Amino acid sequence: MASSKEMKEVLFGPIFANNPIALQILGICSALAVTSKMENTLVMCIALTFVVAFSNLFISIIRNHIPSSVRIIVQMTIIASLVIVVDQVLRAYAYSVAKEISVFVALIITNCIVMGRAEAYAMKSPPFMSFLDGLGNGLGYSFVLLVVGFIRELFGSGSLFGTQILPVVSEGGWYQPVGLLVLPPSAFFIIGGIIWVLRTFRPEQVEPKE
Amino acid sequence: MSKKNESLGKTVFVVVALCLVCSVIVAGAAVGLKPLQQKNAALDMQRNVLDAAGILEPGMDVVEIFEQRVATRLVNLNDFATPETADGKNATQYSPRMAAQDPDLSTNLSKSEDIAGIGRREDVAQVYFINNEQGELQTLVVHIRGYGLWGTMYGLLALDSDLNTIRGINFYEHSETPGLGGEIQNPRWAANWEGKKVYGDQLEQVQIDVTKNATDEAHDIDALSGATLTSNGVENLIQYWFSDKAYGPMLDKIRKGELNNG
Repeated sequence: MASSKEMKEVLFGPIFANNPIALQILGICSALAVTSKMENTLVMCIALTFVVAFSNLFISIIRNHIPSSVRIIVQMTIIASLVIVVDQVLRAYAYSVAKEISVFVALIITNCIVMGRAEAYAMKSPPFMSFLDGLGNGLGYSFVLLVVGFIRELFGSGSLFGTQILPVVSEGGWYQPVGLLVLPPSAFFIIGGIIWVLRTFRPEQVEPKE
Repeated sequence: MSKKNESLGKTVFVVVALCLVCSVIVAGAAVGLKPLQQKNAALDMQRNVLDAAGILEPGMDVVEIFEQRVATRLVNLNDFATPETADGKNATQYSPRMAAQDPDLSTNLSKSEDIAGIGRREDVAQVYFINNEQGELQTLVVHIRGYGLWGTMYGLLALDSDLNTIRGINFYEHSETPGLGGEIQNPRWAANWEGKKVYGDQLEQVQIDVTKNATDEAHDIDALSGATLTSNGVENLIQYWFSDKAYGPMLDKIRKGELNNG
C-alpha cells in the first residue's frame, strides 16, 4: 500500500501542480463547449470525473491480463461503456441538462484526459492508486471548468446556476453583459488567464526558453 | 508483461470476456433506466406544449397544469373521426412521429404534395385543446415538422380560438446551424410569430410568408439572417401543415364546432 503522502500527491497534485488542462493542455474542447452555464459545467465535471476515476480503476484491475496488442481497444471499450452508462443516467435523472450537453458527454470517450490517464497511469499502477489518480485528474479538470463557467455565466449572462445575480439591461437592470463570454472562444481567454496565474505562483511550470 | 498474455488464445479470451461484461452493463443501464427516460420525455413534451401556448411559467408544476388545462386528443385527418386510441396507444402516449414511419398508419406524400419534405404524413394527428375557465376553446396546439437545411425540424404551433391567429411557436428539436438557423429556437424570434394570421380573411389560403422584406403586418415574418434555407423550410412546413392536405379541413371542422366537445 502506498504511503498517505503519495496518495495525497496523486489525488491533489493534478489540481494545481499538474493540472490536466492548464499544464498538459488536454481536454480543451469540452472546456470550451459546456462552460456557458454553471449547471451544465457542473454536470459535465461530475460525468468526466466519474468516467476517468472508474475507467482507471477497472483498467488497473485487469491490467495484468490485457494483451498489449489490443490494449488501446480494451481501454476504449471500458471507457465507452462507462460513458454510455453516464449518458443513460443523465437522461433519466437530469433530462434538461442531458439534452444540452449529451453530445459532449458522448465525446468524453475521446477526451484526451481519460485515455491519457488510462495509458500513462492505470496500466502500471495498482487499482486504488489508479482510482485516486482518476479522481484527482477529474478534480483538476473540474477546477478549471468551474472557474471558467463561473466567469462566463456571471459576466456573460449576469447569473449563476440560472439565478440572476447582476440585473441585466435587457430586463431593466444596470448590468450590460459581455456578449463575448457567451460564445465558446471566450473560454480560451479565461483558460489562458488561469494558466498565467498558475505559472506566476508556480514558476517551475514555465517551460525553459529554447 | 508476461509472455502468456500475448498468446492468441488469451487475447481472444480477454476481448470476448470484456465485451460480454461491458455489453451486459450497458444493456442493463439502458433497459433499467428506460421508464424514467420515457417519463422525462413525456414531461418535456408537456412543457413544450405549454410553452408554445404561452402559459409556461418558470417554477410551475407542469404535470398538474397540463392535466388541468390541456385535453390531448386524436383526430384522423382523412375522415375526421376522433378515435380514443391509435396505434394501440391512448392520446397522450401516441406519437405522431412514430406513426409517420409506419406504412399502416401514415400516407405517402407525392413529390408535389410534399413541400415540407417529410416523406410521409401520419393519418391520425395528436392535437392539444386548451380551454379557458368557462370551458371554451382558448388555444389549440398542433404538431408541425419539416425539413430545414440539415434535418427535420420538429415544433409545435399554438393557435388562438379563431384558429387563425398564431399564439406561439416552439421548435423543440432541430439540427440547424447553431447561431444561424438554430435561432428558430430563440424565444425572441419565436415572439415575431405572435399575433400573425395563418390564413387570409377568407380563411382559404395559407398566407404566412417568412421573408427578408416583412411588409405585410398580418402575415409576414422576418426571416433569419444567414439562414435562408432554414427560413424557407419553416415557411414550407407552415404552408404544408395548414393546407388542405393536412390540418386545414380539421381546423374548419373545429371552427364550426364539430370536433371540440369531449
